[in-house]
Amino acid sequence: MTPTGEGRSIRFLGYAASVAVVLLLWQYLSSRAIIPLLFPSPLSTLRVGLGLAAKGQLQADLWASLARILAGFALGSALGVTGGILMGSFRPARLFFEPYLQLLRFLPALAWIPAVMLWLGTGERAKIALLAYTTVFIVALNTMVGVTRVPRNQVRAARSFGAMRGKIFFLVTIPATVGYMLAGMRLAMGNCFMTVVAAELVASDSGLGYLIFSSRQWMQTELAFVGIFVLGLLGLTADHVFQATSSWLLWRYDGASRGRPTQ
Amino acid sequence: MAYITFRGIDFRYGAQGPLIIRGFHLDLRRGEFFALVGPSGCGKTTILNVLAGFETPTAGEVLVDQQPVRGPQRDRIVIFQEPDSLYPWLTALENVQFPLRVLGVGRSERRARAEHALRLVGLQGHEGKHPAHLSGGMKQRVQLARALVLEAPVLLMDEPFGALDAQTRLILQEELTQIAVRTQRTILFITHDIHEAIFLADRIGVMTAGPESTIKKIVEVELPRPRARGSAAFGELYEETHQILSEEVRRVLRGEDSLL
Repeated sequence: MTPTGEGRSIRFLGYAASVAVVLLLWQYLSSRAIIPLLFPSPLSTLRVGLGLAAKGQLQADLWASLARILAGFALGSALGVTGGILMGSFRPARLFFEPYLQLLRFLPALAWIPAVMLWLGTGERAKIALLAYTTVFIVALNTMVGVTRVPRNQVRAARSFGAMRGKIFFLVTIPATVGYMLAGMRLAMGNCFMTVVAAELVASDSGLGYLIFSSRQWMQTELAFVGIFVLGLLGLTADHVFQATSSWLLWRYDGASRGRPTQ
Repeated sequence: MAYITFRGIDFRYGAQGPLIIRGFHLDLRRGEFFALVGPSGCGKTTILNVLAGFETPTAGEVLVDQQPVRGPQRDRIVIFQEPDSLYPWLTALENVQFPLRVLGVGRSERRARAEHALRLVGLQGHEGKHPAHLSGGMKQRVQLARALVLEAPVLLMDEPFGALDAQTRLILQEELTQIAVRTQRTILFITHDIHEAIFLADRIGVMTAGPESTIKKIVEVELPRPRARGSAAFGELYEETHQILSEEVRRVLRGEDSLL
């Protein structure tokens, strides 16, 4: 067995042991609960989850949430990258927008829910707007920082080769900033998963957030547990897919991946 | 006739900053290897940046082939001390192709010229490696190849071997001598190392301590190449240059002591 293979096995065993301990602890605590209805066991949660999946409701809620997250994340990332590049490249743009960026990034999407519902209604547009909001600032800030941290000698070298502003922008600034953009987007994706629950709590009839919220109505705590568990798994998977895709497509631009041998 | 002329250069950072360089005059001949040595902070790199067109002098002007320097130009390529001017997302070959890509040279010609430049600096077999997988000495060779590929008549080298280990440094000095003789470039080489300056240069300019520094003396190095570091003539030149330089370094140290 190779050392890498051995390392992987040890890691897998560690994770498996951790999950097993938590499940056992959960089972034990739920069996001791005074009102079992309020703290369902892992087995009853699994049963309810499988029942929902058999009816197709779990998949429908999962896809509804995922579609919202992807749409909001894509829109927020596009706006964030554009804004970050503008602010990093042009001082007047930075002076104008940065105060808003610094103020708004501390205001959670949750605080905007009532206003957004009034402006955009209770449909998909409002939810996507909230998810875009939660994405845009972190991506913009990271991109802006990336643009301002392009090593001066890289720009000077390009200038001495005869590159003008446009070529420096496309051949140096953008590639040098990709790592910062990706780091911002990864953080923002985590925020999206938190925000989607809040967005679906209010005026929604689908999605994992709705599933979690509706459990209270029917006194079915298992539903909330299923929703939380599936959302967590979905977030973990999305993060892994994002990392794998970005390091596959953009590895040469990502500082963290530059260790990959090229020949 | 001088190929490069520094005519009465004064330099200060900002409008109110102290005058770092004052009345700097220097003529470089075409194809000459000129080393500039001086105490730390005397403005050697500033002089190089002014010639590169990265900085504008407060007064005076720099002429290259009788044309005033107005900004960076591809006839003057800088090799920086830190290899952070290499683009980490590009391979060694792509880094060397970069200036040609900026110029709009076709793909096949670009590749052929870059491969030739990499061979010239002894990097064949490493074309596909990214800077993260190259040693410090190899990165400096990539910088050199990138400068050579443009066939720029002037190379500006800012302590290019300063961060390398002693052994690599000696090897690169020997290779640079060969390349300089073969390609006949005009080279302005900044260094702290008198040995390096004598080994490489045709002339050495010793700068005074700052502020308001200028050229104190120019030492002619009339030793045949390749130069033997242990020869008596090498030692004499070292002593002469060291004496001039150490007076200036002492001035700096006295200045620092008086501040304590």
